[in-house]
Amino acid sequence: MFEYCADPGSLDSLQWWSCYLTTVKQVMFYKSFGTVLALLFLTAPVILLFGFGGAMARRSRVLPLRWFGLAYSSMVRGIPDIIFFMFALIALDQGIEYIRHITLCPDWTEPVRQGNDFVVCPQAKMPLSSAPQWVHQIYGFFLAVIGFAFVFGAFAANTLYGAFQAVPHAQLETAAAFGMSRAKMFRRILLPQMWVYALPGLSNLWMILIKATPLLFLLGVQDIVYWAKELGGAKTARFTYPHGDWRLGYFLVLLVFYLALTWLSERVFERLTRRVSRGQATMGGTT
Amino acid sequence: MKFLVKIAGIAAVAVAFAVTGASAKTIRMGTEGAYPPFNFVNDNGQVDGFERELGDELCKRAGYTCTWVTNDWDSIIPNLVSGNYDTIIAGMSITPERDKVIDFTQEYFPPDPSSYVALAGSNPNLKGGVIAAQTNTIQANYVASSGAKLVEFATADETIAAVKSGEADAVLADTAYLKDIVKASNGELAFVGDKIYIGGGVGMGIRESDTELKDKMNAAISSMKKDGSLSALIAKWFNGRKVTW
Repeated sequence: MFEYCADPGSLDSLQWWSCYLTTVKQVMFYKSFGTVLALLFLTAPVILLFGFGGAMARRSRVLPLRWFGLAYSSMVRGIPDIIFFMFALIALDQGIEYIRHITLCPDWTEPVRQGNDFVVCPQAKMPLSSAPQWVHQIYGFFLAVIGFAFVFGAFAANTLYGAFQAVPHAQLETAAAFGMSRAKMFRRILLPQMWVYALPGLSNLWMILIKATPLLFLLGVQDIVYWAKELGGAKTARFTYPHGDWRLGYFLVLLVFYLALTWLSERVFERLTRRVSRGQATMGGTT
Repeated sequence: MKFLVKIAGIAAVAVAFAVTGASAKTIRMGTEGAYPPFNFVNDNGQVDGFERELGDELCKRAGYTCTWVTNDWDSIIPNLVSGNYDTIIAGMSITPERDKVIDFTQEYFPPDPSSYVALAGSNPNLKGGVIAAQTNTIQANYVASSGAKLVEFATADETIAAVKSGEADAVLADTAYLKDIVKASNGELAFVGDKIYIGGGVGMGIRESDTELKDKMNAAISSMKKDGSLSALIAKWFNGRKVTW
């Protein structure tokens, strides 16, 4: 970064630090904070979408849809995240490659499963082997968004379902007495009032999601925890900037980051809660 | 799930027609990136070390374009067989158990005895004390059967930290890895006990179905052994260590 960084061994401590903290590897660490934030903010709306779908399915008048909603929210919630990430997403990845395989290489004769190996033709690889590493990273990131959304969506579905059920029935009866259609009742009465009951559960989910991002590494995406471990580990003289075990320092940085993020989220949820409780016949709405 | 599969299908078909294949064969080299001097991620964020130089040279001789990928040690074999990369070049000893799941090239690094390292001046009980080792290594297997209490860690670096913090009495690892560590500790750490002879040489792991890649890499290793460039590389990265093939 700076010119004097060419020979770090000879530097005094201030210059040494200015060089150390601007190495390419450090910058990758800083950038990974962006990766984590991007993942959180991209995943959250998708989670809500999955949750909404699941809750609506469970409330549906069609029996198979109700079964589907119930199966989704109860089965996925029961599977440990790490197992889901290791198996379901690898299966999804292989499924995509398999579909590409049968469409792109129709005259490939060798079997796809050979013992332990999963072999598709080179053109079917997803992403292609020749693609630059960042394409692989984006692909892993995309898988992660789907994975997180699918798992957390099941929890959100349960929360939203409960919130729908919590809206007093008398409200809906009154709406019906006014001659509102089902759709109108849903839009005007049920939906606006349900958020008060859903928000505490959704804020829990958001907090858990914030802390779940190290699972990203299972998909080859390097998040802040990976870099903190990698940079904090002791470095011998093989490295340009040898140092001892600095993991404690790096993890303190993460602690500050996570605390700041949760503190900020708390504030936002507080405001949201106040907003959706306005005029509601609940304790929160009367104060 | 139905919904997901459908989406995945649509996405896959869309991507399938958008992307065209490249002509030169690219091999993805999978490594751990946390085992100096074999492989590590240097300050420029690039994979570096003995295996980086070796791998690049092997690819050149075999006529491949190579890209480097890091993957944590614990899942390095599952991700090879599922096709995320094409080789494992990560200081992996050739053992019969691993050979059941994947294939190995011939060794490019001779069998390296394992050693115990403990705090200097301590006298750990190597057969009954607490010994640290990296998960899924030949050393972890050995410690588990030696009567000592095994504590496992995901990376080699964490096993050393455990000894320094007193969580473990000693660590068992490859001597080639530990030499650097003991040297860098300025007398804090020392070798203890006898060397343990376990595991074969270090080879490149390749999917069992990938015989063409294995043959080409074997030929490249042979040619590097013959012209002395492999011995020179080992001497460069392992403090002048002499190896004859």
